[in-house]
Amino acid sequence: MDSKEFPLDALPAACASMVRGEGARLAAALALDERRRDGGFSLRYVFSVPAKRSYVELRGRIPAGAAAFPSSAALVPAAHAFEREIREFFGLDPQGHPDPRNLLLHEDWPEAVHPLRKEFSWNAKTRREAGREFPFLKVTGEGVFEIPVGPVHAGVIEPGHFRFSVAGEPVVNLEVRLGYVHRGLEKLFEGRLALAAAALAERISGDNSIAHALAYCRAVEDLAGRTPPPRAQALRAILLELERLYNHAGDVAGIAADTGFVFGGAQMLILRERLLRENERLSGRRLLRGWLEPGGLARDAAPGSLETLAAALESCEADYREIEKLILGADSLMDRVVGAGVLDRRVAVDLGGVGPAARASGVDGDLRRDHPVGLEAELGFQPALRREGDVRARMLVRMEEIAESFRVLRALQARMPDGPWTVPINGVGPGEGVGWAESSRGEVLHWLRAGPDGTIERLKIKDPSFSNWPLVPWAVQGDIVPDFPLINKSFGLSYAGHDR
Amino acid sequence: MFRILRRCARTGLATLPLEPARDADYELAGEKLRESIRRLRGGRSLYVREVDAGSCNGCEIEISALTSPVYDAERFGVHVTASPRHADVLLVTGPVTRQMELALKMTYEAAPEPKIVVACGDCALDGGAFAGSYAVAGAVEDVLPVDIRIKGCPPKPSAILGALLAAVERAGKA
Repeated sequence: MDSKEFPLDALPAACASMVRGEGARLAAALALDERRRDGGFSLRYVFSVPAKRSYVELRGRIPAGAAAFPSSAALVPAAHAFEREIREFFGLDPQGHPDPRNLLLHEDWPEAVHPLRKEFSWNAKTRREAGREFPFLKVTGEGVFEIPVGPVHAGVIEPGHFRFSVAGEPVVNLEVRLGYVHRGLEKLFEGRLALAAAALAERISGDNSIAHALAYCRAVEDLAGRTPPPRAQALRAILLELERLYNHAGDVAGIAADTGFVFGGAQMLILRERLLRENERLSGRRLLRGWLEPGGLARDAAPGSLETLAAALESCEADYREIEKLILGADSLMDRVVGAGVLDRRVAVDLGGVGPAARASGVDGDLRRDHPVGLEAELGFQPALRREGDVRARMLVRMEEIAESFRVLRALQARMPDGPWTVPINGVGPGEGVGWAESSRGEVLHWLRAGPDGTIERLKIKDPSFSNWPLVPWAVQGDIVPDFPLINKSFGLSYAGHDR
Repeated sequence: MFRILRRCARTGLATLPLEPARDADYELAGEKLRESIRRLRGGRSLYVREVDAGSCNGCEIEISALTSPVYDAERFGVHVTASPRHADVLLVTGPVTRQMELALKMTYEAAPEPKIVVACGDCALDGGAFAGSYAVAGAVEDVLPVDIRIKGCPPKPSAILGALLAAVERAGKA
């Protein structure tokens, strides 16, 4: 990855020209505590530049004794959430940032304690500070009410708090308050051997176990300068598409069920269960865990297992084609999803939205095409794209992607390379590496720095939900409260991935 | 409409095991559960409130599977309820994060006696991959009294159903 250093004051303008001049998208922003090296902090803004099929990093340095930097959020709105996170986790003040509130650490977390500073120990028990409340945005006026929802919800879903301000049924404002499943993952990675941490990456967001482990392994391989052999690349691509399939099937089922078309939802859930079982038959685990490792795979596919998979997928695909017709032909469902939760393309672009949610609003981006790794470049991925930006579009994008995944899986199995499934990596570091994967929700990015002994000094984890959660309030505005569960489902975001 | 009917006819009863040999233990646990519910609860179903207290969402995938047409735990008398106030069982996943500790305690307080707590998954048992972290308050039993424990990362649907069977037995004795 190209990396360019800028004087701190010039960083916001440099970031803005990346976005405006080169059509780049801010993928992540992160800080590094380098006070033990030279007394300061380092800042990195990582951009995806699809035109060049590469990521580019802009660097700035906060000198010893200083604890502030100029915010880029006003020029590059996608930096908004990342800079909030840098403030609370590093104690660095993004000057000029419009929102001074914590993003992940809740009110009872002491203001002067910053978990990603090096002096903070990963297992420190921090006292709770009483008496502070999170200042939600207050909407006032005649007939305006607040509805608090969560963190414990009615269904089997993850915890988060939604604060609606409503005038009658329409939503005037929604604030999403997350952080409930913050487990301190970036800190937990620090100090571990880079070669031995793929299993932890699988547990960042369980339903994207493969995407996170893959991005992590690719970051280690980037740092070590090793490329996995073709067979490993092909098997990894199969796992990534299998993960996408069961997630998309579940999301479409959820949308169908939320509109009251229970029959279609049930059919998709049966398909999802079949896919989970094929996962288990192939890998031993329903969530495909325990197979990826830096360098390739921990073992080869069992003899005959790929042929079994091919036959099963053929039958699943035929099944899917029928269910697809059922869902598209169900007026009760389609009436409900048209025009619900419209996300404007401009908002999706400005906030750095990724994955199916962004593609449904006309944002043409898919890492498998824009940043292909190895064999991915030969598979001819065609991103599904729609312009309407409503629940229907998000559902249709997923449905097209289900079909595309089946096609890609067929292509992969037809040209399965023989040979080794892993390449030995003897040493890692010192140095930096970056890895990514297009998960079912969009871009997963891991930015890694390892020390001379091969241990992790910093791992920045970007889950697509971190970029997409800020889109949800925009899509909900003006819609009615009863449509919120449907709109939320159509985004299908991970709380665990966002909170880490 | 015709399409739906044709699909219904062709799908048949999805709840029958997709693969009888693999699902034998699930079906067995289910039958025992139905029997226990009849014996100990006079046929009243078992209401379960799931609480994600910090899970990676892997356990949620398998708990959701229980309510899917294939496993359909409702046929044995297990119902996932929206409110803890109706819950016989709290099914808790994840290590308990510092930021979910209070919400978990409040959910527990809202549930009626006898409040059977099932800790679901390796993280719920001992913090799992996240044990010791500054952001984790501890295992479920560090926060609530735990009655039943389920191993696995994530546990399979049959293991979760088996634990609910144990929960009914426990509730019956209470």
